[in-house]
Amino acid sequence: MTVLVDPVAASAAMPHPYRVVSRRVDTYDTATLELEHDIGPLRAFAAGQFAMLTAYGIGEVPISVSGVVDTGDGRARRLVHTLRAVGAVTRALHATQPGGVIGVRGPYGTTWDEPSAAGRDVVIVAGGIGLAPLRPVIRAVVAERSRYGRLALLIGARTPADLLYARELRRWEGDGVDVGVTVDRPDDGWTGHVGVVTTLLTGARVDPANSVAFVCGPEVMMRFTARALVAQGIPAERVRVSLERNMRCGVGWCGHCQLGPVLVCRDGPVVDWARAEPLMSVREL
Amino acid sequence: MTDQTTRRVSAHPFFAPLTEEQLAALSGDGTPVDYGPGERIFAEGGVADRFWLIGAGSVALDMRVPGRGDQIIETLIGGTVLGWSWLHAPYRWHFGAVAREATATIAFDAASVRQRCDADPAFGYAILRCFTPVIIQRLQATRLRVLDLYASPAQAGRAEARP
Repeated sequence: MTVLVDPVAASAAMPHPYRVVSRRVDTYDTATLELEHDIGPLRAFAAGQFAMLTAYGIGEVPISVSGVVDTGDGRARRLVHTLRAVGAVTRALHATQPGGVIGVRGPYGTTWDEPSAAGRDVVIVAGGIGLAPLRPVIRAVVAERSRYGRLALLIGARTPADLLYARELRRWEGDGVDVGVTVDRPDDGWTGHVGVVTTLLTGARVDPANSVAFVCGPEVMMRFTARALVAQGIPAERVRVSLERNMRCGVGWCGHCQLGPVLVCRDGPVVDWARAEPLMSVREL
Repeated sequence: MTDQTTRRVSAHPFFAPLTEEQLAALSGDGTPVDYGPGERIFAEGGVADRFWLIGAGSVALDMRVPGRGDQIIETLIGGTVLGWSWLHAPYRWHFGAVAREATATIAFDAASVRQRCDADPAFGYAILRCFTPVIIQRLQATRLRVLDLYASPAQAGRAEARP
């Protein structure tokens, strides 16, 4: 994964004010905000990176980008973030309506580096809100379909009502993506799969020896999924996970997000499983 | 048994631990059976006299809950095995199973397979080596679901611990 951040320049940055230009409710506690700034060119975010989002007067949280609108010159005026309201800051951000202003610092961290998967099959495994950081990868691979082999998108959700991006899922299926969805708790109308997301791996039509996997979700889900992918034959170096820790400064100075020798905000959040596994298996690290 | 059944059994990764001779013997107990969408394969409490290799399609394991109807517990997709209650007494299904779509299987005569296991411990051990990973995986999967990993703190009834 490529480290794109310039720590000195980035740390000097104060949050830039971005205006919410659209807000889409995804589930009862999750919304997708499209943000735009008008303060001149800023460095574009890449898939996998995160921003520190500020709810003014309340606080700041790290949120991975779920959409990147690149103007083509390496700069971007628009950002998309999918947020789940789980605490004071995220509740405030989630509730921000079009016209409201949110502070944005970033981009920070490593990228999914999906172009390096060109020529190989791609397996994307998402758990819950973990689909949001993977959305830019899916869109990028779909946009350049001929550069990649098969694309399997496997999604686990708590209930059918918790599924993100329902419209896009249907569109991606139409674009030739092999989409598998499973839920832990079906409702009466659910006709899809029931069970953990790793059960869908059996049916994924990819060649493990020539695949790259991208995994995002709760840490326990990522551990089980990464192990299952490796057991199927995907080398650990080609299984990428997105780590989640308590990021504060975003540039590797404060140490809040330290995971052993890794500062997740700087060396992550995206790391390969060969590097992540020994760290994730240490209790309380 | 037909040559086609033998080929399907031999090609299935589930039975990878078996030798060619063991596969040939097992294939003798197998019969291709197809199920239509919504067709019940077995019901909770019924005699566990078969197990199935799912080739294509998918199957829902369910349980009748008073007032809520048949509740789906898990779905099984092509490439896996359905049923292990035939392995141990009392040989009764603990859940029901319904085909969710057109589903192609090979059904095995459980009593005959058990007899082979009793008569040939090497065969029996090989069969258990096929089934135990599946049992372990499903136990682990069930434990993961008990954790309710995708729940928000509010859904999980936890105190707020996130920003």
